[in-house]
Amino acid sequence: MVAVTLWGSLSELAEGQREVEIKASNLRELLAGLQAAYPAFAPQLERGISVSIDGKIYNDSWFQPISETSEVVLLNRLEGG
Amino acid sequence: MSRIHVNTTINGDAVDYLCEAEDTLLDVLRDQLDLTGSKEGCASGDCGACTVELDGRLVCSCLVLGAEAGGRTVNTIEGMADGDVLHPLQKNFIEKAALQCGICTPGILVAAKNLLDHNPDPSEEEVRYWLAGNLCRCTGYDKIIRAVLDTAAEMRGAA
Amino acid sequence: MAKDEFEKREFKIVGTRVPRPDGLDKVTGRARYGADMSAPGMLFGYCLRSPHAHARIKSIDTSEAEAMPGVKAVVTRADFTHVPASGGTKDILDNVMAGEKALYDGHTVAAVAANSRSAAKAALKAIKVDYEVLPHVTDVDEAMKPGAPELHQGRQQESVPEGFSQNVLARSQYGHGDVDAGFAKADIIVERSFKTAATHQGYIEPHACLASMGNDNQADLFCCTQGHFMVRNTCADIMGMESGRLRVTASEIGGGFGGKTTVFLEPVALMLSKKSGKPVKMTMSRDEVMRASGPTASTSIDIKIGVKKDGTVTAATGDFRYQSGCFYSMNGALGAMCGFAPYDLENLKTVGWEVVTNRPKAAAYRAPGAPMAAFAVESVMDEIAKELGMDPIDLRLLNGAEEGTKAAYGPTYPAIGLKATLKAAKAHPHWSAPLGENQGRGVGCGFWFNFGGNTSVSLMINPDGTVNLSEGNPDIGGSRASMSMMAAEELGIPYEQIRTIVADTASLGENDVTDGSRVTFAVGLATIKAARHAIEIMKGRAAATWGIDADAVEWVDGAAQPAGPNAGKFPPLTLKDIAATMSKTGGPISGHHEANAEGAGVSFGTHICDTEVDPETGAVKILRYTVFQDAGKAVHPDYVEGQLQGGAVQGIGWALNEEYIYGEDGTLQNAGYLDYRIPVASDLPMIEPVILEIPNPGHPYGVRGVGETGIVPPLATIANAVSRAAGVRMTSLPMSPPKLLAAIKAN
Repeated sequence: MVAVTLWGSLSELAEGQREVEIKASNLRELLAGLQAAYPAFAPQLERGISVSIDGKIYNDSWFQPISETSEVVLLNRLEGG
Repeated sequence: MSRIHVNTTINGDAVDYLCEAEDTLLDVLRDQLDLTGSKEGCASGDCGACTVELDGRLVCSCLVLGAEAGGRTVNTIEGMADGDVLHPLQKNFIEKAALQCGICTPGILVAAKNLLDHNPDPSEEEVRYWLAGNLCRCTGYDKIIRAVLDTAAEMRGAA
Repeated sequence: MAKDEFEKREFKIVGTRVPRPDGLDKVTGRARYGADMSAPGMLFGYCLRSPHAHARIKSIDTSEAEAMPGVKAVVTRADFTHVPASGGTKDILDNVMAGEKALYDGHTVAAVAANSRSAAKAALKAIKVDYEVLPHVTDVDEAMKPGAPELHQGRQQESVPEGFSQNVLARSQYGHGDVDAGFAKADIIVERSFKTAATHQGYIEPHACLASMGNDNQADLFCCTQGHFMVRNTCADIMGMESGRLRVTASEIGGGFGGKTTVFLEPVALMLSKKSGKPVKMTMSRDEVMRASGPTASTSIDIKIGVKKDGTVTAATGDFRYQSGCFYSMNGALGAMCGFAPYDLENLKTVGWEVVTNRPKAAAYRAPGAPMAAFAVESVMDEIAKELGMDPIDLRLLNGAEEGTKAAYGPTYPAIGLKATLKAAKAHPHWSAPLGENQGRGVGCGFWFNFGGNTSVSLMINPDGTVNLSEGNPDIGGSRASMSMMAAEELGIPYEQIRTIVADTASLGENDVTDGSRVTFAVGLATIKAARHAIEIMKGRAAATWGIDADAVEWVDGAAQPAGPNAGKFPPLTLKDIAATMSKTGGPISGHHEANAEGAGVSFGTHICDTEVDPETGAVKILRYTVFQDAGKAVHPDYVEGQLQGGAVQGIGWALNEEYIYGEDGTLQNAGYLDYRIPVASDLPMIEPVILEIPNPGHPYGVRGVGETGIVPPLATIANAVSRAAGVRMTSLPMSPPKLLAAIKAN
């Protein structure tokens, strides 16, 4: 299981939990796991999110490995200039 | 609508063109003569991207009518190098990274050359005020000012 | 996939100051920008724009315009029959051609193509639009209130609580710990509210394009953009065509700063070309650029910070309300994530709000959302330092983030450079130089994420041993030079032997937009990998020529050589030698690399500024300015310095003069460079850049994005300098002379 930190307004959709546990070994499984466990996240997942894995930020890379000890933090999907 | 026939000299060459009364010199240079080195950034004389010399004076070509160029001498960025030999300002703008996107560069080079023609030894403040009508959004002007000052020193040394 | 790729090495070319390959074209006027291209039989296209801030479009009658001499096509929203697949693209279509409502002054409602500029402009005047003018709102706090004029219905996201108007589209909360408990431990609490005006990226080159589309549903588009692959994908979705049938070529780009990461004219020009059967050129006037493209968010921000007497922050909160024009943006969330990012805080709560108003759809502007947040947070930090009698750099060093700190946006930082920039600032002679009367010194910190993203690069070895490199990101500040440098470094050949070009969308794989300070990092990484791929092929050719194992060949200084005495004794084969025989050894040689280069390293900067305030007029003079930034390895130091200098000066404009001013009727009052005043050469001193080269572990050479962070600290830095010089805390940007004078008098 991977411990996933939610940002504040996302945690409100998970009954206030700031951290949830998802079974995942990569980013794709993480996103699928979140979708299955927390249907209320669906609109946000559809709009897109960014995921920080051990301090590095990923937008799309499905097969980015995640280990059980990884620090995983969800973020609003980032855009730049 | 009848168009106006204009005979003029551009970058040393005799040129003639037909223009409408409301066409600016910038419109004529860009649309008719394919001298697109002069840029339109504002069409109101505020940005200096269209700077050319008209009888040796700096003007925004967006504020001059095409018809007004008749019988006069126009120098644009396209006439600044001598064949394949760059003007020292052009050479130094490349070597000293005095441009980023390059859209303001033609206007700034024409204006800077005109400054050095008049004043071979300008102070930093004089360069800054002379170029105050030429907007640059990328560089913060630092490397542009340095390139002009270095070129002035180099040209004085060579003279 | 990003992993730790950095290897310490001695560079031969990277880090030098070579001339850029596009320099000659740009100093001679030959370079072709968006408006510089023509096509045979070309028409000129122009837009008709709404004069109202908010109006229902009851009807549009184009019949008279269509009948005018020289007019070849008129388009309105009715011509855009395809519904884009992506929600973001639907907003873009609504922005480039109004649907049921005009949402801001300058919103396009129709467009004309004619065989002369004058014929097209005359036809615009003959289009009859029947508007029902609606109440409008342009201020963020007004727009949030229940009962405010509402732009849209049903777009509010689930994160928005009850009690707000429909203009509030989203709310994002970040933070950790318990702020109430934290504030209870504080000896001093400072709470302030701030406002910042919307500003424009202010690129000197207006948007421009040349579109050519036939009835075979195949099209070519030439335009100035930060991302021609984005233009292709977006326009294809809007036009309902297959993206492979639309080839987009990026012109030279005359500045973007984020403002050219979307489309404005391009779909309109394509539709006019499709309808007229002729190429159509469109260019915006400066007035159109200001009214209808680009601006950043205006903001209203509340910050509260509690500290102990020794300066330790015990808790902080921030409420970041951003209006981003008439469609959804995420600037508020970015503000909430970035504002406190330089600090190590035990208890933090930030909330970002996304609000729509009757203003043009905001586009990204260099670290979007972050500069305003930094202005508010850093202003309060400065006030705290003053109240404690503490050196403001020491206060920041005491509370500054470092490796292991839980960032304001959630994750734990890896090795970062914030404290290095603060220490460099403190040690710099600028920090201890004497100040005169009416003068003040400010300091400010800033953070930006930096991105990587989708990138494709091809590197071709030519028969004579020269090399061409194709990349897919418009060169906005010298990237062709830096790519040639990295390829030359890796191949071990002279810089001049390589020519880098920006390939069109039909000639290279997908590339993300030139944004997020991603190009030198991500395209550089792909360039190095493409060169390594070509080297592997060349080593194979040498091995075959010598009749030895490819494993027994190494690449040293631009040549293949046997890897040690056991491999055999052969004189080295240079890249030129291998190129000359390539048709005999197996055919053409190219290296390429395609990847989604995620995991870019974050970046921090600290700025110091001295200002002098004229107490009679409220005018501010910038006396001295120094930038300290963690830039990773500086591939071409001149252009890294240029990014830091240019970012600082854009920030100076934002802090002191630039602002969108709306009238009572909701129309923009200062749509031109005369009344929207960006910094000119005589306003400024030299800007001293101090580059700190802390390697990014995610790049083979340690390269980190540098383009955006430089605009984050200036608003705060200048506000702190002005507040100290004037003896009054300035909480509203810009600090224009009348506003500053009023503040001085009120004090």
